[in-house]
Amino acid sequence: MDTGTISFRRKAADRAAKWVFRLCAFLVILPLFLIFFDLLIKGAKELRWTLLTDLPHPVGEPGGGIANGILGTFVITLLTLLWSVPMAVMCGIYLAEYGRGKFAATVRFAVDTLTGVPSIIMGIFGYLLIVIPMKRFSAWAGAAALSMIFIPVVVRTTEDMLRTVPVTVREAALALGIAQWKTTLFITVRTASAGILTGILLAMARIVGETAPLLFTALGNQFWQTRLDQPMAAMPLQVFSYAISPYEDWHDKAWAGALVLIAMVLLINVGARVLTREKR
Amino acid sequence: MTTRSGKNDKDLAFERISAFFAFAVLSLAVLLFAVLLRESLPALRKFGAGFLSGGSWDPVAEQFGALPFIYGTLVTSFLAILIAVPLSVGAAIFIVEFAPPWLKGPVSFLAELLAAIPSVIYGLWGIFVLVPILRDWLMKPLANHLGWIPLFRGPVYGPSVLAAGALLSIMIVPFILSVSREVLSTVPQRQKEAVLSLGGTRWEMIRIVIGQHCIPGIFGATVLGLGRALGETMAVTMVIGNRPEIFLSLFQQGYSMAAVIANEFAEAGGIQLSSLILVGLLLFLVTFVVNLAAKWILKKMVARASRGI
Repeated sequence: MDTGTISFRRKAADRAAKWVFRLCAFLVILPLFLIFFDLLIKGAKELRWTLLTDLPHPVGEPGGGIANGILGTFVITLLTLLWSVPMAVMCGIYLAEYGRGKFAATVRFAVDTLTGVPSIIMGIFGYLLIVIPMKRFSAWAGAAALSMIFIPVVVRTTEDMLRTVPVTVREAALALGIAQWKTTLFITVRTASAGILTGILLAMARIVGETAPLLFTALGNQFWQTRLDQPMAAMPLQVFSYAISPYEDWHDKAWAGALVLIAMVLLINVGARVLTREKR
Repeated sequence: MTTRSGKNDKDLAFERISAFFAFAVLSLAVLLFAVLLRESLPALRKFGAGFLSGGSWDPVAEQFGALPFIYGTLVTSFLAILIAVPLSVGAAIFIVEFAPPWLKGPVSFLAELLAAIPSVIYGLWGIFVLVPILRDWLMKPLANHLGWIPLFRGPVYGPSVLAAGALLSIMIVPFILSVSREVLSTVPQRQKEAVLSLGGTRWEMIRIVIGQHCIPGIFGATVLGLGRALGETMAVTMVIGNRPEIFLSLFQQGYSMAAVIANEFAEAGGIQLSSLILVGLLLFLVTFVVNLAAKWILKKMVARASRGI
């Protein structure tokens, strides 16, 4: 009968579609496994303690590490957090607690806009604002560029997290006669603190891996450098310069450096997720 | 909550302080736009609209036109969208409709993890793994057999517009996937059940219900992915070949707006620096418009879903 073949065709189409969607899901996560596999295989070769403790060696000289890059990444990230966290969290508090009207809408729009700006443009910003007046590349300029990426993300998560705090919590505190600013700071913000911290950690994981904004702000360095007004090394920069070099043993270092970098990023990332999960 | 006795001094002070920080964030955004505009003015004055159509980038002759970079940015982003959208939407449908419950979480988590990988690592992997694979298994055979098609014309180098597009597609998948998933899950359950109860297969249900509901949302997700792809720097710089010329072939080297800034900025001065900043300003404006459009589409979509249409 006709209906039989039609229904057969429909069923076959249904089954085929199901396989196509399965294939899509497989193909989407396949690169993740490939990347991790290659990072482990190629990065493990150079993974020894000296990688974490030694300065880069010249081409051809065995050993050598990325210690200055690790230190630089720590310093630049800390420097960024130092002024970005208070600024972003306070801005988020304003938007969530007082933010009505035109001014708040403008701030929200600006923050949204900043979130979408390509990170390389933040590098231009750091260059024009800090490198040119100081007449040299510096850790300061790197941190300025990175904070432009960090701040909008944290403003948004802070506002969102504060909005999830029920109004009743605020009202209860106010009814007890606690001053409004104390209520905001010690009750509302505290209630949302796990969420806010998660946002900060996720944004931090992102800036730890950012390369483009550092290319012409922190610039990179082959030596120990602790002065903040001088060019400073950073892990992503070292991975980049090793990767595009023509030397085989530097390529190995790039893989090893990438392995360390991704371990760090994932550690922060997973830490942030665990933090939110425990809260629930 | 203002009281008649006037707001508590400390409360007012706290509000003012937080408003000050909000103002500071706003100022940063304005400052960013202002310095980009100011520093790109010399190039804008010298080249005018010709900057957009000029095909030569010659620091020695101080002749700067951004067309090769604009072309490279557009082609690589378009390729990335072309590859990433069907895959992400398919994967989203799998997660929402077909995956057994124990698999939904892990698949979403792994896809999201793709967004956490630093772009320099994508670039590294691109140079040493993806580019050789594409060169030997895709580009060479295509150039040999279908080389008469301009898009597939050799010679095959490896670093190319195609490689950049493919790498970008992997990078934007998580963004398109997560938005598509959200859009798909806004479809009311009873509408899906209605189709199924009329004897429709699951595939027909997806086609009908999702086709009617989700096209604008998926379009929004696509535009969002495009915004990401346009501005991506490191990965593209590392695999596109960095050659400021326009070739029709996807197998040839190209250049992108973000890549030329990354490569030349630290050593540039004078009119070249200004030209690079002008490229940055253009990139800023384009991503701004694209992101705005994506947000607008998705907002309308959510509004529609909440009205239950």
